[in-house]
Amino acid sequence: MSDFTHDAWSIYIAVITIVSIAACLVLLFGFASRRVSTNDVGTTGHVWDEDIAERNNPLPSWWMWLFVVTVIFSVVYLVLYPGLGSFAGQYGWSSAGQYKDEQAQAAAAYGPILDKFLKQDVKAVAANPEARQMGQRLFLTYCAQCHGSDAGGSRGFPSLKDRDWLYGGEPDAIRASIMEGRNGMMPPMGAAVGGDEDVRDVMHYVFRLGGRSFDGIRATRGKAKFDTVCAACHTEKGTGNAQIGAPNLVDDIWLHGASDVAIMESITKGRKGAMPAHKGFLDEGKVHLLTAYVYGLSK
Amino acid sequence: MARAAPLKVIDAAGGNDVEESLYEVRKKIYPRAVQGWFARWRIALVAATQLLFYGLPWLTWNARPAVLFDLGARKFYIFNIVFWPQDFIFLTGLLVISALSLFLFTAVGGRLFCGYACPQTVYTEIFMWIERKVEGDRAQRMKLDGGSLSANKAVRKALKHALWIAIGLWTGFTFVGYFTPIKTLATELATWTLGPWETFWILFYGFATYGNAGWMREQVCKYMCPYARFQSAMFDPDTLIITYDAQRGEPRGSRGKSADYKAKGLGACVDCGICVQVCPTGIDIRRGLQYECIGCAACVDGCNQVMDKMGYARGLIRYSTENAIKRGLTPPQLIKRIFRPRVLVYMTLLSIIVCTLLATLYLRSPLKVDVIRDRAALMRETRDGKVENIYRLQIMNTDERMHSYVIKASGLQGLQVVPAGPVAIAGATTQSIAVTVQIDPAGIKPGSHNIMFHIEDKEQPSVRADEKSRFFVK
Repeated sequence: MSDFTHDAWSIYIAVITIVSIAACLVLLFGFASRRVSTNDVGTTGHVWDEDIAERNNPLPSWWMWLFVVTVIFSVVYLVLYPGLGSFAGQYGWSSAGQYKDEQAQAAAAYGPILDKFLKQDVKAVAANPEARQMGQRLFLTYCAQCHGSDAGGSRGFPSLKDRDWLYGGEPDAIRASIMEGRNGMMPPMGAAVGGDEDVRDVMHYVFRLGGRSFDGIRATRGKAKFDTVCAACHTEKGTGNAQIGAPNLVDDIWLHGASDVAIMESITKGRKGAMPAHKGFLDEGKVHLLTAYVYGLSK
Repeated sequence: MARAAPLKVIDAAGGNDVEESLYEVRKKIYPRAVQGWFARWRIALVAATQLLFYGLPWLTWNARPAVLFDLGARKFYIFNIVFWPQDFIFLTGLLVISALSLFLFTAVGGRLFCGYACPQTVYTEIFMWIERKVEGDRAQRMKLDGGSLSANKAVRKALKHALWIAIGLWTGFTFVGYFTPIKTLATELATWTLGPWETFWILFYGFATYGNAGWMREQVCKYMCPYARFQSAMFDPDTLIITYDAQRGEPRGSRGKSADYKAKGLGACVDCGICVQVCPTGIDIRRGLQYECIGCAACVDGCNQVMDKMGYARGLIRYSTENAIKRGLTPPQLIKRIFRPRVLVYMTLLSIIVCTLLATLYLRSPLKVDVIRDRAALMRETRDGKVENIYRLQIMNTDERMHSYVIKASGLQGLQVVPAGPVAIAGATTQSIAVTVQIDPAGIKPGSHNIMFHIEDKEQPSVRADEKSRFFVK
C-alpha cells in the first residue's frame, strides 16, 4: 500500500497534516476574538502608500462558521479517504479500485450487446451493419496501428482485405490469430540455396510458378533447389501452407516487397513477423466482433 | 516591522476610537415597498427574464425541445442549431460579449445588471413580493418578527416558507429541464422515477434559490459576489450613479409642508428616512456612493414620492454623475459626456465581436471533418506501381437529417480517393471512414506534399468542408 521507503515518512506527513489543520482552527478563533480599533471615519489608522487607508469591514459571523465546516470536512475526509500518510481510509478507496469499478460498469453496460453477438455465428455477425460499425471502432483502436485504418496493411504487415491469408481465412483461424497471436518465421536460406546466382535462379522459378515474367534458363536451374529447399514449407507448387503460416508464393502478393531485391533478401536472410496475442486484454465478445469484422472485409 | 511593510500609524487622537470585531452578526433588513418609474422597470425585467427562464424549456422545435443541453450526448440544441463540443468558440464568443456588455453598461450606467437583471436581485424581488403579501410591509414585518410566537405568526411564517420552497423547487425543476427534456422530467417526477443526479440538482438548485433569495439576500452581493467588486473598477467620474444631491439637500431637517425651509436655513431633504427604509442593502445613500449599492434606484423612487408630497422638485436623489454634481452640468452636457473614449472603445469592440459571431454563426457548416493520417506506414505501393497513403476521416454531421457526402482530394495531379463516396451519415452522428488516396508516382518529387480533402454534400455543394493533410511519395 505505502509508497514510502520508511514508515517514519508516513508519520511525518500525517503529523504535518494534523498540525496544519489544528493551526487553521487556532488562527481562525484567534482572529475571531481579536478586536481592532477604528476611528471616527471607520478606518483602523493603518495607511499604505501615502493614502490607502485600511478599513475594517466585518464579515458576517456565518462566514467564520463556513471555515469551521471546511475543517470538519477535512477531518471526515481524512478518516474516510487516504490522505493521512499511508493510512488507507475507512472506505478503502484507491484509484486502481476505481478503475476496476469503472471497468466493471462498462462490462455491465456493454456486456449484453456483446453477448447478443457472441451467440451468433461469425458469418451472421459479419453481415450485421451494427456489428460491423462496432467492429470497425474496435479495429481502429486495436488493429489499425499495424494493419492500417483501411486494413490494407503495409510492408511486413499483411493486408486483411485481399483474400490472401497466411494462416487461413476461416472464422476460427482468424479468431486464433487474434487471440493467440502468430509468429511468422522464414529462416535465412542463403546458405542452403547457395550463392546470389542460385538465389536468383530460385526466384525465377517462383516467378514461373506464379505466372510472373521469368528467365527460362534461370527458372529451370532453380527448380531443383526449390524442390529440395523451399517446397517443404511452401509446397512444390508454391501455394504455401496455412498450417504453419508459409505464404502462398504464386498469388502475386508480396508481404515483404515485390521487387527482385526484396525477394532475394527474403530468401537469403529470412523474414520474421509477429502478431501479438490479444487474449490478455480483449474479452471473447470483442474478439468475436473483430473476427467478424475482419472476416467481412474480404467478402 | 515598519521596514518590512511601508506602514505608518496615524495617530487617531480624536478620542472616538471604537473597538470592533472582525466578524459581526448580520442585522436583518426590512426593505419597504416602493412604487415608481424604476420599480416598474424592475418588475418588467423580472417578468421578462423569468418568462424566458421558466418558459423556454417547454418550447418544442422540430419535435424536440427548442433549447436543450444534452450533456451525456454532448449536443447542445438551441432552436434549429445543434452545437457540438467543437463549437465551443461560440460559447467563448458569447461569454466575451456578455463581459463586454457588462463593462459597457457599467461604464455608462453603473451597476445596471445588479439592479435589474441579476438572478440574485430578480429572485430576491420575487421572494420579497411574496413576503409582503404574506407578512405585510416593513413595519408589519418588523412587528411580527419582534413579537412572541403566536398562531398568526406561525401560520404566516409557515406559509411564506412554503411558498418560497415551492418557487425554489420549481426553479430547480426548470433548471434541470434545460439538461433533461422537461416533459420527460415532468413524467419522471410524476411517476417518481427521477435519476439520482436529476434529483440532486433539482434539490440543490431549489435550495440555492430558497437560501439566496430568502435568507442570504444582500449578503450575496456584499460578501460573495465577485462582479460587485470589479464593477466598481469600471466607474469613472462620468458614470451614471445613484446620487444624493447634497448641495440641494443639506442641511437636512424636518419641517412642515408649508414652511419656507430656505428661510429656516434648511436644504430640500426632509430627513424622512424613506431612502434608507426602501434600500435592499440597508445603506444610507446620502453618505455618498458605497460599494453595497446595487443600483436598484429604489431610493430614487422613494424620494421622488416624498418630494411630490412636499411639492418640491423631484430628483433630490437621482441618476447623475460625480462630475455633473460637482460642476453642475446640465442634462445635455451630462449625456454628451457619456460618449467618452472608454465607452466608445467598449462599443466598438462589442459591435465587432457581435458582428463576427453572427457572421460565423450564419456561415457555420453543418459538416465537420477531422483528417487523421495513418502514421505507422508513411506510404505503400500497389502492385500496379501506384503509391497509396491511408487516412481516417472523422466525419461529423451536425445537421439533424441524413447527408450523403462525396470525398475528393486535391493538391497533386491525379489524386484518387477510394472510396470516393457517397457516404451516408445519419443526422447528428459521427462516423469514422478509412480512405485510401492513390497516385501514380511518375514525375512526382519524393517527399511530403500538401494535399486538401474536400468533403461535400452530394446534393448541396454548399455544405462542404475542406481539410488539410499531407501525402508522402517515396
